[in-house]
Amino acid sequence: MQRYTVAVLVKNQFGVLNRVTSMFRRRQFNISALTVSETESPDFSRITVLFDGEHSNKEQLIDQLYKLPDVCSIKELNSDESINRELLLIKMQNSPETRSEIRDAADAFDAKTVDYNRDAIVIQLTGDSRRIDDFINLMRDYTILEICRTGIVSLERGETTLRSELNI
Amino acid sequence: MILSGADIIIRTLIEQNCEVVFGYPGGQILNVYDSLYKYESEIRHILAAHEQGAAHAADGYARSTGKVGVVIATSGPGATNLVTGIATAFLDSIPMVAITGNVPSSHIGSDSFQEIDITGITLPITKHNYFVGKVEDLADTIREAFRLASSGRPGPVLIDVPKDIQIAKCEYTPASPIESDKPEPAKEIRIKEAAECINAAKRPFIYFGGGLINAGAQEEMLELAELIDAPIGCSLMGLSGIPTDHPRFLGMQGMHGHFASSMGMSHADCIISLGVRFNDRVTGNREKFARGAKVVHIDVDGAELSKNFPVAHGLRGDVKLTMKALLPLINKGDHSEWQAQIDKFREEENSNIDRRDGITPYSAIMTLNAHLKENTPVATDVGQHQMWAAQHLRFRKSRKFISSGGLGTMGFGMGAAIGAQTGTGEHSVLVTGDGSFGMCLNELATAVTYKIPLVILIMNNGVLGMVRQWQTLFFDKHYSNTVLNRKTDFVKLAEAFGAKGEAVNNLEDLDRALERAFAYDGPYIVECPIEKDEFVLPMLPPGGSMEDIIVKIKD
Repeated sequence: MQRYTVAVLVKNQFGVLNRVTSMFRRRQFNISALTVSETESPDFSRITVLFDGEHSNKEQLIDQLYKLPDVCSIKELNSDESINRELLLIKMQNSPETRSEIRDAADAFDAKTVDYNRDAIVIQLTGDSRRIDDFINLMRDYTILEICRTGIVSLERGETTLRSELNI
Repeated sequence: MILSGADIIIRTLIEQNCEVVFGYPGGQILNVYDSLYKYESEIRHILAAHEQGAAHAADGYARSTGKVGVVIATSGPGATNLVTGIATAFLDSIPMVAITGNVPSSHIGSDSFQEIDITGITLPITKHNYFVGKVEDLADTIREAFRLASSGRPGPVLIDVPKDIQIAKCEYTPASPIESDKPEPAKEIRIKEAAECINAAKRPFIYFGGGLINAGAQEEMLELAELIDAPIGCSLMGLSGIPTDHPRFLGMQGMHGHFASSMGMSHADCIISLGVRFNDRVTGNREKFARGAKVVHIDVDGAELSKNFPVAHGLRGDVKLTMKALLPLINKGDHSEWQAQIDKFREEENSNIDRRDGITPYSAIMTLNAHLKENTPVATDVGQHQMWAAQHLRFRKSRKFISSGGLGTMGFGMGAAIGAQTGTGEHSVLVTGDGSFGMCLNELATAVTYKIPLVILIMNNGVLGMVRQWQTLFFDKHYSNTVLNRKTDFVKLAEAFGAKGEAVNNLEDLDRALERAFAYDGPYIVECPIEKDEFVLPMLPPGGSMEDIIVKIKD
């Protein structure tokens, strides 16, 4: 089992996300994260899928995606040749005993404190998923009140784009 | 010219060369039916008894003609009644366009009377579907639906049109019929690799399915078979693709396939598979399936390559064009040893032919065969009768076997037969069982209304035979809810519907009854008794392989 990142350019139309996730559900693809966002063009949306499976499952996922008429372009993004980022917001219990350790850890990760009050600290961290996982694991030593992460967004290094393959 | 949405729907259908639509009216599709009234000289509408029957009819029309079948229904229950029909078409890759009405846009999402989210419901069983939000989009949406339904691997497309969009008006500019996407052959390098594999084969086998018929690649396949001296088998969906009596043809594969065909494929060292999907009914246990073979797979749908079965050479492309490019690279082969082995399988199969006197599944289908013309479409329902028909019917031309393969829809046959008859104009046949016929026999009313010349052979065994067969073999003869023994008198039933019918008790009567049925200009039921403990054989037990094949039942 391996983790794959697949970027999908889709027509920016009502219900597209539903079509894509409906296919994932019905064919039981193991999706660990999925993000949808607007793009540089109002005609397209971009879906980034983080998927766990065998190589053959990944091929099948891409082939099945291509069958959806709203899907315009697909690219598997491997970590060496792309930039992957995720944003984490984590709300920690604020107590005098742990306060300084949490802040030290946050500093070590270059994370920002975005909210601070007597009972809770909210920390924001950006990075690849591995880095986010590491930080969360570190925080497990203290009391985590709430976690929210965006899921991955990913861009290829260099000048190629998903749209450049479409010639548009 | 300025037209209403409803008029645009019908005008666009006419423009797309649609001559006949199947359907059922209702509140939210009334405007479209008003347009059908207006344009009735240019487009026919066949009113079914139930929307499911209408959907199967559009499907049967498409299967028998290769054209896009069109079905129209109202919102809510009208739309949901189409679901089984759409799913049947989806699993067998049949080009269909379904048009449904819906409540006015302003009411959508409020659970209004007869409102249903049909685009949501049909998401996993359509190639694509549309909810039309603007009347200006209507004509192009329908054109696009025809293109999608008929391009590449065909399939059903649904268009949901709210009532206010049917009423709204806009400019309509006629267009010419849409062309399907241009078929492309597979990549040259893949074709070369596949050719090397085929040339190295000592025991080649060709296995084809519905995709070969869609591509119209029969000629190329037969040329390949001659060139490499290979036997040919097919999936259920491939039946009628080439003449049944073609000397290289061994018949259907799989769970109830012909012995020689299944044995041939399992002993091959190279399987050239054309427009198939290696369904579990064909492969049985995939771990044990064709272990000694390298598989070359050509399919227009790239997602089918290695989906169900890992193949050595997956070629994504139009089967016909890919075969055309492949053929010049193939060396002439001569495999007399292999052919001798195939002949042995054939002999063994022949030794198991049912030679009992009287009406048996085999003799009943063989009697029917004598009445079939080369252009006669034969529809079936689903169950034992379907397998007997698949095994023993003799076909001479393509698109004559109209059967629900992927979904296995009992109740498919009546609608499908009406659609096939409408599409071809030929006196048609439905082979059905008492169970399946009971599911959608209401369409007998449709067949009577439209004077559909249709021979309905009911193989009546008083039980749900296929399920019973499994209960006999795998459930200690616990015949749970499979004994029907209904008091239905099919002859009186036929008369009550305004059709004709007769019941027979021996083979001579069956022959004469079929004679009368084919001479009658309308639906004609021939009820033929079948012993309730007849089996469909051979049988690959579920999850089994060729080593587990059952050819005879011991008492």
